Amino acid sequence: MEKIKKSSAVNTKISKTIIYIICIFLAVLSILPFWIMFVNATRSTPEIQSGLSLLPSSHLSRNLHVLLDKSFDPLHGFLNSLIISTFATLCTVYFSSLAAYGLVTYKWKLRKPFFTFIICVMMIPSQASAIGFYQFMYKLHWTNSFLPLILPAIAAPAVVFFMRQYLLATLSHEIVEASRVDGSGEIKTFNRIILPLMMPAVATQAIFAFVANWNNLFMPMILLTRKEKYTMPIMVSLLKGDIYKMEFGSIYMGLALTSLPLFVVYFLLSRYIIAGVALGGVKE
Amino acid sequence: MRRKGVNYSKFGYIFTFPFVLAFLIFSLYPILYTAFIGFTNMQGLIPKPIHILDNPFQNFKDLLFDNPSFRKSLINTGVLWILNFVPQIILALLLTAWFTNARLNIKGKGLFKVLLYMPNIITASTIAVLFSTLFAYPVGPVNSLFDMMGWSHAPINFLQDKSTARGIVAFIQFWMWYGNTMIILIAGVMGINPALFESAAIDGANGFQTFFRITLPSLRTILLFTLITSMVGGLTMFDIPQLFLAGGPDDSTLTTSMFIYGQAFKGSYLYNRAAAASMIMFVISGILSGFLFYLMRDRDEAKLKKAQKTYRKAAKAAVREV
Repeated sequence: MEKIKKSSAVNTKISKTIIYIICIFLAVLSILPFWIMFVNATRSTPEIQSGLSLLPSSHLSRNLHVLLDKSFDPLHGFLNSLIISTFATLCTVYFSSLAAYGLVTYKWKLRKPFFTFIICVMMIPSQASAIGFYQFMYKLHWTNSFLPLILPAIAAPAVVFFMRQYLLATLSHEIVEASRVDGSGEIKTFNRIILPLMMPAVATQAIFAFVANWNNLFMPMILLTRKEKYTMPIMVSLLKGDIYKMEFGSIYMGLALTSLPLFVVYFLLSRYIIAGVALGGVKE
Repeated sequence: MRRKGVNYSKFGYIFTFPFVLAFLIFSLYPILYTAFIGFTNMQGLIPKPIHILDNPFQNFKDLLFDNPSFRKSLINTGVLWILNFVPQIILALLLTAWFTNARLNIKGKGLFKVLLYMPNIITASTIAVLFSTLFAYPVGPVNSLFDMMGWSHAPINFLQDKSTARGIVAFIQFWMWYGNTMIILIAGVMGINPALFESAAIDGANGFQTFFRITLPSLRTILLFTLITSMVGGLTMFDIPQLFLAGGPDDSTLTTSMFIYGQAFKGSYLYNRAAAASMIMFVISGILSGFLFYLMRDRDEAKLKKAQKTYRKAAKAAVREV
């Protein structure tokens, strides 16, 4: 018996070591490409071509200079992305919370069909409607406008689904009744009482909506043709163009600049983001 | 509620109205419009009067039977999805098993989760351009690494070889998404009733038995969710292959979304063909999702029935004994 225990302890130790090695390898694999990106952003093109290095060099300002000289305007792209993502996120979380509250609180005839409908809509890939959407926006003269990138965010089925699950678990009907007794209108009750109660769910969904809108490439690429309207991901796609053919340092610089804000936000909020993924995934 | 004569049910309609309105305008109408365009001769940048083709299904027919590029894009999408999803789900399950195993008690779980999830948050277009720079030929970071490690003698042109190009695109997708899948699965395991694990431990189940007999079956719903979201995501794969190699070499990384984009917006303005391709994609995603749902739901019900049967039998037996 003693022997068995010992051997199983040794076994556990060996498997634990292997597990740690694999996990550390995966962690390095996650960091390394970004590390190389940041390091190469500080190196000159000949340095980059002479081989791999994990230590930064001293060409940061020169690379930045070359990058910005060639009509690459990260500040503009940043601002455009910020406008679109912020408003789209606000639309998504507010109207999704509203719809979810409507689904949970009121007993209306079409409640169940509406819920089934939301689940079905979740499966529709956005590209399936892209051609019609583009034609429609073209007729409205809304290409090169931010509106078609913001307004569709009002209908976010997955977020409604999430908010509904959250409300089912947390909302007590007494609160709604009490505010009715106090004479608060339904919309006011939602804005003043329910929405603040939903803040944890709103915050996680807001992070995801923001990141998704920030990273969106397909729709902006179709709709925005004027340079001053470009979003961050479109800016990034410019780095692959011919104008930076041999300026590797500047390409890395551009990539680093466009992802730096996301890194900062991620490391500040990583705990909530991961909790959010975990919550969002458990959909039963 | 009723006794005051106030009927609140109208607020159900009012509160869901913005959603429905936005959906009708920005999703349903465009989908129907796309479907309609698929039956017409709409082409070119300058709007012309369009009419429905004599054979309404001509565009669909052309795509499916006479367009090798489209067929290739469908196959590529499938291949790239399978190449990234299979290793992704295996690794995610493995990590989940490790991180949720109380006996192993892996330290630094939180840090590992943060790091492994990180690639998912960074803009896909940034990652695509980054990887195409990393795999540069003849000198690039990966080639330098291979040289340093002595794995290759001459620089490898990864991006001009069909299989390595495909492999790298699948790898990037895998690399970006396995952390996400892992976190969802871990959350799923956390949601399993701990009593199940305790009783398994008391019955002397080892790690493998616990994982395959308890963890995996309890994760079925979440695995279905992962599968469906990944599949819809895979069907719409665009950013990475588009910016990584723009479909090359020789269309080996051309996906269906890129095909649609290329037909309609990259100078050829073949809106009708792109619309028909979109509809084919829409139908495929519908069929696949429906099939998955059917598969899972059917088994659930069958199991439930079986359980009810045994329960009834047991109840009868119990009654008889009394």
